[in-house]
Amino acid sequence: MKPSSPIIKKWAAPLALAFGALTASAGVLAAGGGALPYSYEADVDNLPSLQRGAKYYMAYCSGCHSMQFMRYSRIASDLEIPEQMLRDNLMFTDGNIGDTIASAMPAEKGEDWFGQRPPDLTLETRARGEDWVYSYLKSFYVDPERPMGVNNLVLAGASMPHVLWEQQGWQVLASEDHDEKEGGHDGHGHADPFDSVRKGALSPAEYDKFVGDLVNFMAYAAEPGRTDRQALGVKVLVYLFVLLGFAYLLKKEYWRDIH
Amino acid sequence: MAIVPNPYKTTGFLGWIDDRFPLTKLWRDHLTEYYAPKNFNFWYYFGSLAMLVLVNQLLTGIWLAMHYKPDAALAFGSVEYIMRDVPWGNILRYMHSTGASMFFVVVYLHMFRGLIYGSYKKPRELIWIFGCLIFLVLMAEGFAGYVLPWGQMSYWGANVIFNLFGTIPVVGPDIVVWIQGDYIPADATLNRLFSLHVVLLPFALVGLVIAHLIALHEVGSNNPDGVEIKKHKNENGVPLDGIPFHPYYTVKDVVGVVVFLIIFVGLICFAPDGGGYLLEKPNFQEANPLVTPEHIAPAWYFGAFYAMLRATPSMFGSALPGVIVMFAAVLILFFLPWLDKNPIKSIRYKGMITRVTTVVFGIVYMMLNYLGMQAPTDLGTLLSQIGTVYYFYFFFSLLFIHKLESSRPVPERVTA
Repeated sequence: MKPSSPIIKKWAAPLALAFGALTASAGVLAAGGGALPYSYEADVDNLPSLQRGAKYYMAYCSGCHSMQFMRYSRIASDLEIPEQMLRDNLMFTDGNIGDTIASAMPAEKGEDWFGQRPPDLTLETRARGEDWVYSYLKSFYVDPERPMGVNNLVLAGASMPHVLWEQQGWQVLASEDHDEKEGGHDGHGHADPFDSVRKGALSPAEYDKFVGDLVNFMAYAAEPGRTDRQALGVKVLVYLFVLLGFAYLLKKEYWRDIH
Repeated sequence: MAIVPNPYKTTGFLGWIDDRFPLTKLWRDHLTEYYAPKNFNFWYYFGSLAMLVLVNQLLTGIWLAMHYKPDAALAFGSVEYIMRDVPWGNILRYMHSTGASMFFVVVYLHMFRGLIYGSYKKPRELIWIFGCLIFLVLMAEGFAGYVLPWGQMSYWGANVIFNLFGTIPVVGPDIVVWIQGDYIPADATLNRLFSLHVVLLPFALVGLVIAHLIALHEVGSNNPDGVEIKKHKNENGVPLDGIPFHPYYTVKDVVGVVVFLIIFVGLICFAPDGGGYLLEKPNFQEANPLVTPEHIAPAWYFGAFYAMLRATPSMFGSALPGVIVMFAAVLILFFLPWLDKNPIKSIRYKGMITRVTTVVFGIVYMMLNYLGMQAPTDLGTLLSQIGTVYYFYFFFSLLFIHKLESSRPVPERVTA
């Protein structure tokens, strides 16, 4: 992620939106499955957020979830973190800075402990969607039936424990009638499907930001070249529009004598 | 007529070449003295664009193959390696993956152009047949390439396609094992699809494209009026309504190319996933024979054929009828020049009934394409069945439908 000029940054987002819109209806159709309780679109150009997300990922996720295609050195250069600082604070293995992120958990142990080995997360936001990961991390609720005492609204029967409980606190599924009442109140019937039963260290708004940072980082890790290709796209499109003008004038000039 | 070396009597270095190789002759025959009708419209951009995309696929493919590993254990990781560690690798990969979809977009538009202006009719039957063969090879090429990243949809899509052959009575299951080289799609399968994708099929594709162009330049291009420009020539034998392909259509096609590139680059740089249609979400998970994705959808460009497969009811517990219908849908294209008995080529002068049924055909094809990508529903199946019947009805209706309508007078010369 080389620094690109602000002008290019300014145009990259609207263009991404425009071309996204070309395929947006397609996206809705392709998403399939059940509706997600929350929506979220990752911002991979927000450097401070990505840095925080990297910190959270290393602290809360990397113990169990590897990122087998993401190198520490790439994170250091893209997120502008000095290598020594990264090595001291974000790298919990004694490997090389050029290594990919490997979880500390031996694969077979993961299967013993959780029933299945924790999946690699390099491409998770591209495989499931940014909304999905965001919703998943906000949708753990207390369920005594499950071995870990916790279930997930987005992925029923998930074997992952709620590792962010200290931040979010605990919540339970909102009861039906309560849900209706809430829906009636704010008029658009999209009430939070959960009731908090124990406060966490973060307020709900702070927790949303925390999860947002994490998803931003994961979206970056799923495709480190994203910012670059968008900046490249702006430059190439400017060139092509200029070329289009000349090509059109050339065609007009040649065709002047054709009737 | 014997070959006359250097018929244009060029001299100097060019003459030295022309004495030994027909460079000037080829240049004139195919570019500066190839006379194309002057009334080409929007629909005529897609032939040159298909060439452009073919070159794009060949060039980006060469560099991708330098880094890709055709091994079931390594393939998925090697694609991510290209995306992350190979300089410009992500752009090359997106150019290739988006290019594959764009290939089908321009080829479908190119084929529809042939359909509406009767470009398959005498004397252009062989151009059309070469084109159908290109389409067939392109589908095989698209399928083989789709499997190579070895993601979940690659794997399960391949599984569905290979099992189509399993519906052949008696020998089907053995044929599937023979094609796959294993009991399920596996390392051997991936290896052979790689070989076909980068060697045999591109060779066939390029060869057929050359044959397609040679046949075209032998008889000359059709045009939106469907009249033969060679009927009216000046004293030098140049068609009155023809203009040299170069420079007139080269400069015109450059405009089309730039517009195409704006869309192409826009997709590559800002929406390479195409909302899950250019790169499907399940393909960001490595192939896993033990986990079936929720909904197996074909690549979008096979949607219509997949819809016809699903719409056809099974007989005696076998999906063979559906497979036959699906292949027949492709094969019927080859017979179009002989199914269409209407003496008029262009839709501009055909009667109202044909004009309507042709446009409806285009809409029905898009509907089938859409339905093929969706999870099956009762309504979807019913619409697919109606669409499938209409697809075949349309081709057979061309045998007689012109007798039921009054056509418009065809002009002698092309109109502006």
